[in-house]
Amino acid sequence: MDRRPGLRIDRLTGASLWALTRLGGSALAARLGLGRPLEKVVYEGVRVGAHAIRAGREAANGAPSGDARRLSSAKTPALFDLAPTEEQALVVDAMRRFADEVLRPAARAADDQASPPEAVLAQGHALGLAALAVPEALGGAAGERSSVTNVLIAEELARGDMGLATALLAPVAVVSAIVAWGTAHQQARLLPAFVGDALYPAALALLEPQPLFDPLRLRAGAARSADGGWALWGEKALVPLASMARTFLVAADVRGLGARLFVVDRDAPGLSIQPEPSMGLRGAALGRLSLKDVRVSDDDVLGGTGTQTDFDFGQLVDRCRIAWGAMAVGAAKAVLDYVIPYCNERVAFGEPISNKQSVAFLIADIAIELEGMRLLVLRAASRSDLGHDVGREAAIARLQCANKGMKIGSDGVQLLGGHGFVKEHPVERWYRDLRAIGVVEGALMA
Amino acid sequence: MIHLDVPKKLKPLLEQAHAVGRFALRPISRKYDLAEHTYPKELDMLAAMINGANDAGAGASASQLSREDKAPDNGEPKKNKNGGNLATVLGMMELCWGDVGLALTIPRQGLGNAALSAVGTPEQKEEFGKRWISMAISEPGAGSDSAAIRTHARLDGDEWVINGEKIFVTAGERSEAVVVWATLDPSLGRAAIKSFLVPKGTPGMRVVRLDHKLGIRASDTATIAFEDCRVPKGNILGSAEIDTGKSFAGVMKTFDNTRPVVAAMACGVARAALERAREILARARPASADGRSPWLGSHVETELARMEAELDVARLLTLKAAWMADNRIPNSLEASMAKAKAGRTVTELTLRCVELCGAAGYDETELLEKWARDAKILDIFEGTQQIQMLVVARRVLGKTSAELR
Repeated sequence: MDRRPGLRIDRLTGASLWALTRLGGSALAARLGLGRPLEKVVYEGVRVGAHAIRAGREAANGAPSGDARRLSSAKTPALFDLAPTEEQALVVDAMRRFADEVLRPAARAADDQASPPEAVLAQGHALGLAALAVPEALGGAAGERSSVTNVLIAEELARGDMGLATALLAPVAVVSAIVAWGTAHQQARLLPAFVGDALYPAALALLEPQPLFDPLRLRAGAARSADGGWALWGEKALVPLASMARTFLVAADVRGLGARLFVVDRDAPGLSIQPEPSMGLRGAALGRLSLKDVRVSDDDVLGGTGTQTDFDFGQLVDRCRIAWGAMAVGAAKAVLDYVIPYCNERVAFGEPISNKQSVAFLIADIAIELEGMRLLVLRAASRSDLGHDVGREAAIARLQCANKGMKIGSDGVQLLGGHGFVKEHPVERWYRDLRAIGVVEGALMA
Repeated sequence: MIHLDVPKKLKPLLEQAHAVGRFALRPISRKYDLAEHTYPKELDMLAAMINGANDAGAGASASQLSREDKAPDNGEPKKNKNGGNLATVLGMMELCWGDVGLALTIPRQGLGNAALSAVGTPEQKEEFGKRWISMAISEPGAGSDSAAIRTHARLDGDEWVINGEKIFVTAGERSEAVVVWATLDPSLGRAAIKSFLVPKGTPGMRVVRLDHKLGIRASDTATIAFEDCRVPKGNILGSAEIDTGKSFAGVMKTFDNTRPVVAAMACGVARAALERAREILARARPASADGRSPWLGSHVETELARMEAELDVARLLTLKAAWMADNRIPNSLEASMAKAKAGRTVTELTLRCVELCGAAGYDETELLEKWARDAKILDIFEGTQQIQMLVVARRVLGKTSAELR
């Protein structure tokens, strides 16, 4: 164990260990002022991480007993604060680089093909996205509940590419739901697959095809079947990774009980999956699910069917809305970052077009509304972490991100004129992706 | 930890400010809106209370918008601070929820007080700190272009001699002193612009008239003439050397601190209108049960949710700018963002609330029409919407004022 002052392996929490093992030596070493000792630290970090995963699997394979493992709520801070923690800063930095180096370059092809490249999915998994959502006690790297951290992650990934970010974060939503509401047995049964060596594709299906979709008025339903299990019916729309997901969490209404999430295998008889090519988020390989008398067991109802369940459908809706708000913020930031140099370099009538107020003010508005969106999303996430009901805050964030986010997407194209309209520049893709905000419910969770 | 709620320790201050807004200001709102230029004597007791609290360090005020680092930097990581700036904007939101015109006319809470706090010498703070000080910048020929002012100051022995005419001086009549912007040499532009403390009663300074206004009628807006007005040499705020960039920037820095305060005023007025409109509309037609998806409700419900979102944005941008000031993070961009957003939001929102409430919104039985009239100035004074947008645009695009005008 390294004995130098400053960095002690036993003081680092899961997320720091995660960050260390994935950031790579030199940049981190430079920042922390370490030299060779870092290699030993990184090694220890990897060792500890792997050990935890093994321990988690062993626990899962044994008889699951005791309570489900939840992430603890944060304590209310004394002060207003906008500074991320050091750990969050490390995570954000890693995500930013991944977004710049991997996601953005792969975005155009993924959009054209309407599917995410295998290599990108594998690299995202190696980054430990799923592990970040699993509690330490179950082999992951998460300690306290942090929707804020999830927001910061989603922002960076979406800035790289919203479609690919959706593909990468879709399985993480399933993990988050199982962690938040699954019974001990469900956690033991379902979670280990997500922290294995390969990506385990999965998706959370809430949205339905009808216009004016209201999550509190689902048309998909479930009822007890004669054999004691459940029969599900309904349709789910814009489900990410639909063609490759092995497990779906499907939201269906149970009369007398309310909306619940059901664990459905892709092979389940009665489930048919169709690709659903869409205006945007094409890199997420969206699809339509159709359920006709799909049979599942009691143990497939997330959180159980008794009155003692932790499941909270309102909270699910809210946390999904917060996640999509974060995605909107990321994509809008991509627009802003792109139009600034473009308009500073594009010359018309003898000077850069950004010297004209009409152009400059459009950009200033993007900056202002983006900041507003961001603060609303962070406010909702922060209050959620503190255990508050964020129905109002999440709805407001969603509303604002839908309105202003779309305007930013539209202005992004406008600022590039005709060039904004063609695929040579990414702004037309961001225009299409940003319309998803205000449409999609479910699928991602913060 | 990232946390955007009002900190617990500031809640008592907020409750107090809200109580002032509700019990001291609201009851006399319509009275002084109708009786423009009548001095609101009810505020004297209030002022004594507020200023007493401030002097004991227990309140939030214009004089707390300081940027001086009092604590020595001993190399430790900086702790998060929620200080005078955050407290002031939060308090101002509540006071202006009460009445913005009256809030502007609370003794000793003038823009000049903020300037003194920002750039005054210890001696000047000693002499003028307990007086109500207004700020005189605009002239008939120079509003947004404050570098083009013509009021002139020249040094004659031990005194400055000031000549010129100032308009739109808030609390110009009621204040006990005025901070006057004047140029030492018009040919040198902003480098030569200084500000001077002029006590009321100084010969050569004369309140010429008071303006009749669309809104904030409880606040006196004065035109002041300076005719060979003499003040002691020591009354210049800051250095007398003509220094490119320094002293104009120094007084402009005051605005980095006061812009969030004006944004806070706008948030207060907007919230007043939105809350009252909600109440009136709820009686007319109760809201649907589903709070989570207001866009699926009636048009009115969607509209109210949209306005609430805009208001929350304006409020959070304002809090962010103030938080940055408390933590000594340069916030010029954020201060302008806050004022730009809050300024346009309060106008749009208050006008829409009048519209939604029909006759109840339009006549004088409610205060909604008054708030819509009061709102408009908040997007104009202390830097118009367009100026704020220029500041934001220049910062975001990396432009000089020569490049982007």
